[in-house]
Amino acid sequence: MLKTIAAAVGAVMVMGATAQAADLSGAGATFPAPVYAKWAEAYRAQTGVGLNYQAIGSGGGIKQIKARTVDFGASDKPLKLEELNGAGLFQFPTVMGGVVPVMNLPGIKPGQIHLTGGVLASIYLGNIKKWNDPQIAALNRGVALPNLPITVVHRSDGSGTTFLFASYLSMKSPAWAGRVGASDSVEWPTGLGGKGNDGVAAFVKQTIGSIGYVEYAYAKQNHATYALVQNKAGQFPAPEAANFAAAAAGANWAKAPGNYLLLLDQPGPQAWPITGATFILVYKNQANAAAGEGVLKFFDWAYKGGDNMALGLDYVPLPAPVKALIRKQWVSQVTAGGKPVYVSR
Amino acid sequence: MTAFAAPPLRPTRNSIADPIFRTICFFAATLLLAALGGVVVSLGIGGWPAFHKFGLAFFTSTTWNPVTEVYGAAGPVVGTLITSLLALAISLPIAIGVAVFLTELCPRVLAGPLALAVELLAGIPSIVYGMWGLFVFAPFFALHVQLPLMMSAAPGSIWETLFAGVPNGANLLSASIILSIMILPYMAAVFRELLRTVPPQLREAAFGLGCTPLEVVQSVMLPYVRRGSVGVVMLGLGRALGETMAVTFVIGNSHALPKSLFDSGSTIASTIANEFTEATGEMHTSALVALGFVLFVITFAVLAVARLLLAGQRQV
Repeated sequence: MLKTIAAAVGAVMVMGATAQAADLSGAGATFPAPVYAKWAEAYRAQTGVGLNYQAIGSGGGIKQIKARTVDFGASDKPLKLEELNGAGLFQFPTVMGGVVPVMNLPGIKPGQIHLTGGVLASIYLGNIKKWNDPQIAALNRGVALPNLPITVVHRSDGSGTTFLFASYLSMKSPAWAGRVGASDSVEWPTGLGGKGNDGVAAFVKQTIGSIGYVEYAYAKQNHATYALVQNKAGQFPAPEAANFAAAAAGANWAKAPGNYLLLLDQPGPQAWPITGATFILVYKNQANAAAGEGVLKFFDWAYKGGDNMALGLDYVPLPAPVKALIRKQWVSQVTAGGKPVYVSR
Repeated sequence: MTAFAAPPLRPTRNSIADPIFRTICFFAATLLLAALGGVVVSLGIGGWPAFHKFGLAFFTSTTWNPVTEVYGAAGPVVGTLITSLLALAISLPIAIGVAVFLTELCPRVLAGPLALAVELLAGIPSIVYGMWGLFVFAPFFALHVQLPLMMSAAPGSIWETLFAGVPNGANLLSASIILSIMILPYMAAVFRELLRTVPPQLREAAFGLGCTPLEVVQSVMLPYVRRGSVGVVMLGLGRALGETMAVTFVIGNSHALPKSLFDSGSTIASTIANEFTEATGEMHTSALVALGFVLFVITFAVLAVARLLLAGQRQV
């Protein structure tokens, strides 16, 4: 009998990739993991320096860099200046992504529905319950809106995507800010949760009249019926790589303390309103100059030659002026024994 | 375990080997206990801030708000109990049927392949069940089970309340059905082994008296294995309680108390799986660890109850 049970226990825990003989180590956010892996592969081929990146989630990345068990941490959610200073950390963005509302409405084409942040918040608060609500109709004159109940779909797992989306709703709706707020996971007033982008997309696909939000790459690869969201300039830009870059270009990085910048609701007629970057955390004062230099060299290399690899995976590279600014900050902020570990070439 | 040592044929050698063997066995057993104790203690310590801050409200409140850092586990705890018990209720009759068929009624040619198929079910990783559940089972369930039931429920009747929900297949009942498929092979396999322990004389005597196969199973075999079947039930329940990935995909993940069979809910394990990786706040992590502690206690209680039942039956 015991034998049978033993034979039957077949559950397999999939552990993260085991460490090779790697020179650099990092841990954190899962969202940029594919592009970091791609960069690491190309970087190793060129320089022989390997990178062991563990996609354990932003929370884990922050904990690991604070415990100094890795050379760099990675987080989808920027840390505030006080927290950075408290831990002696410096953060910089690597690539960007955007959050796109997707729907399942019969007879509606991608981009046909226009929404504002306020209306989106009312939908997610459960205040707007039907697609032909006057508030939605006012934004979509000439579109035959169905008399369908709205089913709200959100992420069930803690996620940088949720953080961006909820932060945006908090900016645009005092009611959302007061009742729900913004975090990696929030107390949703209504709707059902799917695990990961896949889970949200599957529920949206299976439920007529539903609305969800997914990462841009996911919306693009699945040809989802997306909604357009009004930006600060009053325009309705399409969710495209160029328009995410426009949000980053319009943002004032120089005046963002500690690079804490969410890229939400940025000025510029083309700026997609729900855009965000993913971040790297390193110590300002590097105990090991070689490791610190190795990390910055890797990301310098990625800034120079990694854009096409990022675009190929549907990430949005940073605009050139932002990269130039970050390089200057590396020189001025990251040191070992009082000397900068990175020398710009 | 030490009683299994070989008989002392060559006393000189065994006088050295035996104590070593004893010590190794003793350490193996204590290591296991120490690991178990370590898990309990570290879960207790990690969850203490949450228990301390929220007190009894941690078990009675359904607020689960990572923004304001207020946590109550009533939703996941109730969801865990409902899905596990429903899964057990669905799975147990089928497991008995499978086991009886395989031991009593099945032609010998079929018995081997069928038993193998049941055991193969147990080898499917839970994430595969989850994805199958999300992409295949949930849409089918929504269209062919949920919608007809919802539409045929008379307005105002108890059925309408029971079947209320969004027709997309992500709900308590579909999670329970997926769970029941997952625990079925374990229960069926152990049940089959149990039925095999029935002495052939008993069966043959019953057949000899002119009993039909139904009567043999009903009056001879099932009563004989009654004690062991408590173990089967507990094995299934224990596995259902802790199942994580498959449930996470199809339960809808809402922290509120479920109001109907077709409402979305959450379980302790699914909540931990969903939120642990990105939990940055101290209290959030602590609340999740505290949930783990609660799950441990529930599982332990199930085992304890099983032991009590077994002890009670032994005296009968």
